[in-house]
Amino acid sequence: METTSGREPAIPELESLSQTRLAECYQCGKCTAGCPTAGHMDIPPTRLIRLLQLGDSESALHASSIWQCVSCQTCTTRCPKSVDCAAVMDALRQLASERGTASPAERRTVVFQQAFLDNIRRHGRLNEIELIAAFKGAVFLRDRSLPFLFRDAGLAPQLQKRRKLHLVGESVKDRGVVARIFARAAKGGAQ
Amino acid sequence: MNPPMNLGYYPGCALHGSSNDYEQSLRACLGALDVTLAEIDDWICCGATSAHSLNHKLAVALPARNLALAHRQGLTEVFAPCPMCSMQLLRAGQAMQSDPRLRQEISGMVEAEVHDGPCVLNLIQVFQRIGLDRLKGAVRTPLQDLKPACYYGCLLVRPPTVVEFDDAEQPQSMEAVVAALGAKPVEWSYKTECCGAGMTMAKTETVLELSGRILANAVAHGANCLVVACPMCHVNLDMKQHDAGEFLHMKFDLPVYYLSDMVGMALGLGAAELGIDRHFVVGGGN
Repeated sequence: METTSGREPAIPELESLSQTRLAECYQCGKCTAGCPTAGHMDIPPTRLIRLLQLGDSESALHASSIWQCVSCQTCTTRCPKSVDCAAVMDALRQLASERGTASPAERRTVVFQQAFLDNIRRHGRLNEIELIAAFKGAVFLRDRSLPFLFRDAGLAPQLQKRRKLHLVGESVKDRGVVARIFARAAKGGAQ
Repeated sequence: MNPPMNLGYYPGCALHGSSNDYEQSLRACLGALDVTLAEIDDWICCGATSAHSLNHKLAVALPARNLALAHRQGLTEVFAPCPMCSMQLLRAGQAMQSDPRLRQEISGMVEAEVHDGPCVLNLIQVFQRIGLDRLKGAVRTPLQDLKPACYYGCLLVRPPTVVEFDDAEQPQSMEAVVAALGAKPVEWSYKTECCGAGMTMAKTETVLELSGRILANAVAHGANCLVVACPMCHVNLDMKQHDAGEFLHMKFDLPVYYLSDMVGMALGLGAAELGIDRHFVVGGGN
């Protein structure tokens, strides 16, 4: 992988998506200190921001930590320089998924988020059972893990007993408009 | 007599899915307080974490469509009981308020004119509107035996520039509501720590670890129940409570109530009316 010195195209795009000036960060570490999943991260938030300041978006876009982030917004809330770190995480996830650089170890999370959006695109509202089936199916095709495929199977009767299971989910009346919104967003704008 | 309150209502997907016990609870509770809910006609999903993680435009457009539909229906206040939804609605509204070009672009995208407003309310704010004095006066069964740990999680209070509600580090508004009902909320350390949110399916271990820590801290501070105002928090802390205990080699038996359950119980509503009988953890070692 070629390392670029200075700024590269991804950095302005990340700043624009997150509405954040990365240069503002003075590396105090508050974001990482408050992060509930930092203990499991390969590159914690403070260092991700530093990599971007140094122009190394490649490492950041391959980091598994961007998929371990739970979007709790603690980093953004506590930043003394108003760097919207959680929005930078979003921007990194968006670019990593568009460029196919998402860490293989975190592929399940990417598959889940994509299955969720696909579900909304088709129905306008979330159909939980269909999402679970689509997500589990896609993961199984990838890693052939039977334990993962069936790990929540015991939950179905538990949910059924509590009248929390909807075999047929809701759809909105105007599904056309939802599909058109998705199509326009995929092109990155209106028209 | 208090005038009846009519609020716009954006239930969100969870409340029409496996978190339908939350909708049952708040409809029963708010109904008893003469609050009527006008659901946004043909509302769509807010996009949640998946949209803001993968497609920034979609994360503005999906909530914006709902704001536009609410305006079309003449709703000036919209109650969104899911903090994920309410944060997304607020964030989209603010982004467009400060950027007329974006508003124009998004209006085209969602085929509905987006205007300023409506005002978006979370569940605690609805009780504040009703008035804590009025709640106090309506209590028929004081909750004096309950020592709840009030759990806010993330998006009721964060990010503060978006949700502008209570104190992001040490919120007290939920404690004020349950205290008005006669309960004795405990002081504890994890009220704004994350439960793992929407990672329940994709990264189960993360949820078990984070939710387990929250449950353990509540127990350590003498709580005999948890109170939440979020469907995802309820899933992770109630449905996943047994697994979270196993993950941490602990055993939990802590009922998790929605804030509307607490108010409903104090008003004299039964567990079946509020949907509490449909929770996973019933307490008392069952």
